[in-house]
Amino acid sequence: MKPRPAWPGLCAVLAAMLVVMFGLPLVTGLFGLVQATVFIAMAVLALSQGFIWGYGGIMSFGQSAFFGLGGYTYAVAVMNMGDSTIPFFLSILLPAAFAALLGYFMFYGRISDAYVGVITLTVTVILFNVVNSTAGDVYHIGNAPLGGFNGMPSVPPLNMPGDPSSPLDPQQLYYVCMGLLVLVYLMLHLILASKFGRVVVAIRENETRAMLLGYDPRLYKLLVFAIGGGIAGLAGCLFTNWGGFISPTVFGLSQSAQIIIFVLVGGLGTLVGPILGAVAIEYLITVIGSQQTFNADLILGVVLVAFVLLVPQGVVPVLRGMTLRVFSQRRVAALPEAKPVRP
Amino acid sequence: MALAALIGFNVLNSIAALVLLSIGLGVIFGMMKIINLAHGEFLMLGAYATVITTNAGLNLFFAMLVVAPLFVGAVGLIVERGIIRFLYGRMIDTMLATWGLSLFLVGIITTIFGTTVKGVAAPFGGFAIGRYQASAYSVFMIVMAAAVLLGIWATLRFTRFGLIARATMQNPDMAAALGVSPPRIYMATFVLGAALTGLAGGVLVPVSGVAPTMGAAYIARAFITVIGGGAAIITGSGLASALFGFIDQVVTFQTTPVFGEVALLISALVMIRILPQGITGRFFRRSL
Repeated sequence: MKPRPAWPGLCAVLAAMLVVMFGLPLVTGLFGLVQATVFIAMAVLALSQGFIWGYGGIMSFGQSAFFGLGGYTYAVAVMNMGDSTIPFFLSILLPAAFAALLGYFMFYGRISDAYVGVITLTVTVILFNVVNSTAGDVYHIGNAPLGGFNGMPSVPPLNMPGDPSSPLDPQQLYYVCMGLLVLVYLMLHLILASKFGRVVVAIRENETRAMLLGYDPRLYKLLVFAIGGGIAGLAGCLFTNWGGFISPTVFGLSQSAQIIIFVLVGGLGTLVGPILGAVAIEYLITVIGSQQTFNADLILGVVLVAFVLLVPQGVVPVLRGMTLRVFSQRRVAALPEAKPVRP
Repeated sequence: MALAALIGFNVLNSIAALVLLSIGLGVIFGMMKIINLAHGEFLMLGAYATVITTNAGLNLFFAMLVVAPLFVGAVGLIVERGIIRFLYGRMIDTMLATWGLSLFLVGIITTIFGTTVKGVAAPFGGFAIGRYQASAYSVFMIVMAAAVLLGIWATLRFTRFGLIARATMQNPDMAAALGVSPPRIYMATFVLGAALTGLAGGVLVPVSGVAPTMGAAYIARAFITVIGGGAAIITGSGLASALFGFIDQVVTFQTTPVFGEVALLISALVMIRILPQGITGRFFRRSL
């Protein structure tokens, strides 16, 4: 059977994203747009996890390490430089470099998936403890105090490239975030369509076979992990811009768990799934936060356990399977010879 | 001289704390190849059980040595029957489910008891090493750690349950063919691991604050120790605790406990690059 062409789905998703991008400001006020901005930052973060987990098969439990690192890098750099252009790129490059370094130890040591999960989780927990302990005047980088558990307030927002005197207003920030989400989505699609992306998926399917065909799984995993780290860093930069504030909770266990839940709920092995999962879960957390009955951790925990036990493949693949089945049944009626093929 | 003795004592204390913190996780990992991400929350439950029963008038030592392990062991039983047993053979899913459980436990304890930090005073007071003052409770922790290691070793080495457990660990299919039921052994192991974790949580109460999120402060050390040790429970946990406890305490002495933890992480990363299976993956492979 010929593989299903990817472009109709891609075009549909891109069209939907553009409709949201330009339609949302028409139907909602500024408050709605600011709310949407944080959802979008989380969607970018979810894409990074969806890419490395769903396609690279890398079980990172600590994507929030790169998210937080990106946020802190941006905050520290922009407070020192004034202009936000270089800090913006630093917030992508530094987490990517950190991911590459960590990936070197993990993938070149050939440790098992479970160890990768535990190590990445441990890195996040320790980063949290380190940043949390940097309260006081002693801890500063240049003229940016780190603030420990109090976080860093009044981080300057992104400005027009090269012109620190014209910062972006919230609506412009919304367009920038949404544009970057579309860009990241497209870029990941292109990566997956390239030879590199096919090798990455082949390694996920069968590492030994890919190795016997002459590809070095360690290098490919390292690169995938670094790309994922860079995207998570970008998400951290956008998140910091959204509130003008960053605190060590970005490294927290709840934050790491949320990213996993975004992808697990949305669906592994898709790029749309994590985006939808992020928006849905973030919305749920907002709703929980506005009423006082339940604790957000409690609900998230129940959602995570329920999905692992009942819907381990996530919502988007289940829905896609259902629609495909409807279509293939029609085709079966027309062509009695055709057999349903498992993907 | 007295300073050297004090540092030596602190290193021993740090090793003992690592043994207690990681042994429950190590038992479950060594026997079942499952990593329980709710480990920190099991510690937290043991600590809460101790604080609450002590404040209700129970003897502190009865609370930490009997009530905490029994309570957390019971929780472990419910978790194994309700969640884990459906996920055997699916390592990643098990980790995700126990992570969900960990969030759930933090959430529910926060809902019931709030986020305030509780605690009880350390018993025993202190004693002098030369000019320095050391806590006598640390001696108790060192004794407890040694007793736990010895107890698990004796159980695995000399009892019928230990023999069956070791057989299941080496080859579950062969054990099943000889009439052992591996699922029941796994259940017992998980409950034992949970109870040991509850005990550790109880023993930690006098030296740490008890709050719903306290687990996060300890899991990094516990994970590093278990990964560094490898699959052999006693030798792995013991050797890794000795190595990392030493590094931790020396760096902590020079800087702060936070950097002690960073030093642990860096040494663990370097170690998995050289010994991906942990210490007992290469050395002492046939040990318990």
